[in-house]
Amino acid sequence: MREFLEGSQAIARAVALCRAGVVAAYPITPQTHIPEGLSEMVANKEISAQIVNVESEHSAASVVLGAAATGVRAYTATSSQGLLLMSEVLFNIAGLRLPVVLTCANRAVSAPINIWNDQQDSISLRDSGWIQLYAENIQEAVDLHIIAYRVAEEKNVMLPAMVCVDGYTLTHGWEAVNLPEQQAVDKFLPPYNPLYKLDINNPLTLGFLADSDYYMETRFAIQKSHQEALKALLEIFQEFNKYFSRDYQNGLIETYRTQDAEKVIVAMGSVCGTIKDAVDVLRKKGKKVGLLKIITFRPFPAEEIYGALKKVSKVAVLDKALSLGGQAPLYSEIRSVFFGKKSAPKFIRSFVAGLGGRDITLDSIINIFNKLSLKETKEEFLDLKPELLQEKL
Amino acid sequence: MPKQILFACGHTACAGCGQAIAARLVIETAGTNTMVVNNTGCLEVFSTKYPESSWGVPWIHSLFENAAAVASGIEAALKYLGKEDIQIITQAGDGGTADIGLQALSGMWERGHNILSICYDNEAYMNTGVQRSGLTPFDSDTATTPYGKQSFGNPTLKKPVPEIALAHIIPYVATASVGFPQDLQRKVKKALSIKGPKYLQIHVPCPLGWRHTPNLTYKVARLAIETGLYPLIEYENGALSSVRKIKPLPVEEYLKLQGRFKHILNSPEQIKKIQEIANNNIKRYNLLIQEETPSSSI
Repeated sequence: MREFLEGSQAIARAVALCRAGVVAAYPITPQTHIPEGLSEMVANKEISAQIVNVESEHSAASVVLGAAATGVRAYTATSSQGLLLMSEVLFNIAGLRLPVVLTCANRAVSAPINIWNDQQDSISLRDSGWIQLYAENIQEAVDLHIIAYRVAEEKNVMLPAMVCVDGYTLTHGWEAVNLPEQQAVDKFLPPYNPLYKLDINNPLTLGFLADSDYYMETRFAIQKSHQEALKALLEIFQEFNKYFSRDYQNGLIETYRTQDAEKVIVAMGSVCGTIKDAVDVLRKKGKKVGLLKIITFRPFPAEEIYGALKKVSKVAVLDKALSLGGQAPLYSEIRSVFFGKKSAPKFIRSFVAGLGGRDITLDSIINIFNKLSLKETKEEFLDLKPELLQEKL
Repeated sequence: MPKQILFACGHTACAGCGQAIAARLVIETAGTNTMVVNNTGCLEVFSTKYPESSWGVPWIHSLFENAAAVASGIEAALKYLGKEDIQIITQAGDGGTADIGLQALSGMWERGHNILSICYDNEAYMNTGVQRSGLTPFDSDTATTPYGKQSFGNPTLKKPVPEIALAHIIPYVATASVGFPQDLQRKVKKALSIKGPKYLQIHVPCPLGWRHTPNLTYKVARLAIETGLYPLIEYENGALSSVRKIKPLPVEEYLKLQGRFKHILNSPEQIKKIQEIANNNIKRYNLLIQEETPSSSI
C-alpha cells in the first residue's frame, strides 16, 4: 500500500514488518523518530516486540547482541557519537556472528559538535565486519531493512547489517512509500532460526578466548563470509525485485545513464538523487554524463564497479566522509579497483562534499562534472568558504 | 552434587583461586535452568580457552563492561519467547562491576530485569597483573598503587557497591565469601527465588594478587570476615535481614598472611587505620556476637 510517510516512521514500520522481537536504542538526533515509532507501536499493542530503554548506545548494542544470541531477531538504531560509542560492541557482534540489523541515521562526528548529515559515522565503522547498505530515498530505506535481515541471517553469511540513511534528508523527509504487505514480508523473510544460540537444552559457550592458534581463522572466516554475502545479495536483490516489483538492478550498485557516459560521479546515499537530476539536466544539453550509485559498500562490490566504470574516461568520486590524513575512503577504494587493470578511466578525482550538513546543490554537482574536464589530480573540498579559512591575527 | 557437571575442572585458574571455587558453588547451586553472561576477566579467560570450556550451562561473554546489558537483552528475548522461567546470572570481577561495568549494571538494576548479578571481588585487576580497582582495600600494595617512600599503597576505601545497588531499590543485595560456602549457596538460592534484580558480592582471595600461599585461600577468606573487614550482610527489600556475627579478631591476623599488606605490618599507625575500618563495620552492622544469644551458625 502506498502511504505518505516520514522516513523514520517508514523505517519503524519496516522493522515492525520484519518482526524484530527485541528493540533497544538510546536517543540521539536524528535517529530518535525511529525508536519512538516502534515504542508507539508497542504501546498500542500493534507489535509484540520487547523494548529495552537503555542508558547508553553501548548498552543498546549489547542488549541486541544478547537478544540475537538467544535466537530472537533484534534491532537498534543510532547516529554519529552513538555509533562511535557502540563501536566496541559492533566489532564484537560481527565476531560473534550475530545477524543484528542497525539503522545508522548518518550524521557528522564531533568536534565541533554538529547534528547534521554526512557519512563519517558509518564510514568509520567500515572495518567492523558489518554489512553496509546505503539508501538513496525513503523507499530504499524501507526495502533495505527487509533485505538486510534476509542477507544477515543467511546460514552461510551470519553477519550483522547496517542500513545507512542520511540524517534529516531521509529520516525527517516525507515521501510516498510502498510498504509491503506483512504476508509478503513473512514469505520473503522466514523466522530467524540460528544454528547456534543460548539454549538450556543445548548448552554452548559463546564468546570464548581464542589465542594465536585459533584467532586468525575466525577473522578469515568473516572475510570469507563477506564474499558469500556478496553472492547472496545478488540473489536476494533479484528475488526482491521480482517479489516486490522494484528495480535495484543487481543491488550492489546502480548505474544511471552510464551506458555511453564519458564522465561519471560515484556516490552513496541520498545525494544520488541530486546527481540523477544533474545528469538529466546535462544530458538534455547533450553531455555524456552518468552516475554510479554504491548501494552495498560492505562487502565491497569491486567486480561490479570495475564493469561499470572500465570504459568511462573521467570519474569523480564524491565522499561525504574523510579518512583524515589519508585519501577519502570511497575514493581510495574506487581507485584500487583499477590498479593493474588494462581498461581503466583516464583519471579518477576525489571530491569531498556535504560535511556537517553543508548543502550539496544541483550546481555543486554540475560543478563537479565541469571540473572533470580538467586533468587535475588534487583532492577537492566542494563549496569551501575561503573567507572562513583566513587566519586572523 | 548435581548429576551434570556445570563447571568442569581442567580450567587454567591458578592454584588456590578463590574465584574458581566460588563460581563452581554458584553455578552448582543455580542448576541447569540457568544462562550465564560473563564480563571479561580472569573467570572468562581461565574457563573458556578455545577449544575447551568448563561450562555446562549456556554461557556467553561479550566485553569487559557489558554483561549486564547483554543479560538485559537475553532477558528481553526470553520474555519475547515466553521462557521467563529461565534464570539469568551475570558474572564479573570487581573491576568489571565497580568500575567499567557500573553504568550497564546501574541501567539493568534501574530497569528491573530479573537477573542475578554476581561480583567476584578479589579486590584488584588480577587478570591484567594486579592493578587497583574501585574495590581495592585501603593500603593494599598493587601494581598501580605501589608501596613507596611517600605511599602506603592504595589511598582509598572500597567503593560501597552494595549500597549503590541498594540505592536502586532492588529486592535483594548481599555479600558472601568463598570462606563460608554454605552461606554463599544459601544466598544464591535465596537471590534466585526473588523476582527482579539481585546483587551478590562474593569475597574471593587471589593468592597471586594478595600474595599468600595457595593453601591459605580458605583461611584468608574467613579471616576477612572474622576481623570485621568484610562484613557478610544481606538486605531484602531494602532492609538488613541478616548479618554474620563475629567475635572480632585483630586485623593483623588477616593482614599478616598477605604480601599486599606486608609493608604496613611494622606501621602501627596504618594498622590502626585499618582496625578503624573493621571497627566501623562492626558498629554499623552490629556484628558482635552477644554472649547470651549465640548466633545460629551459617
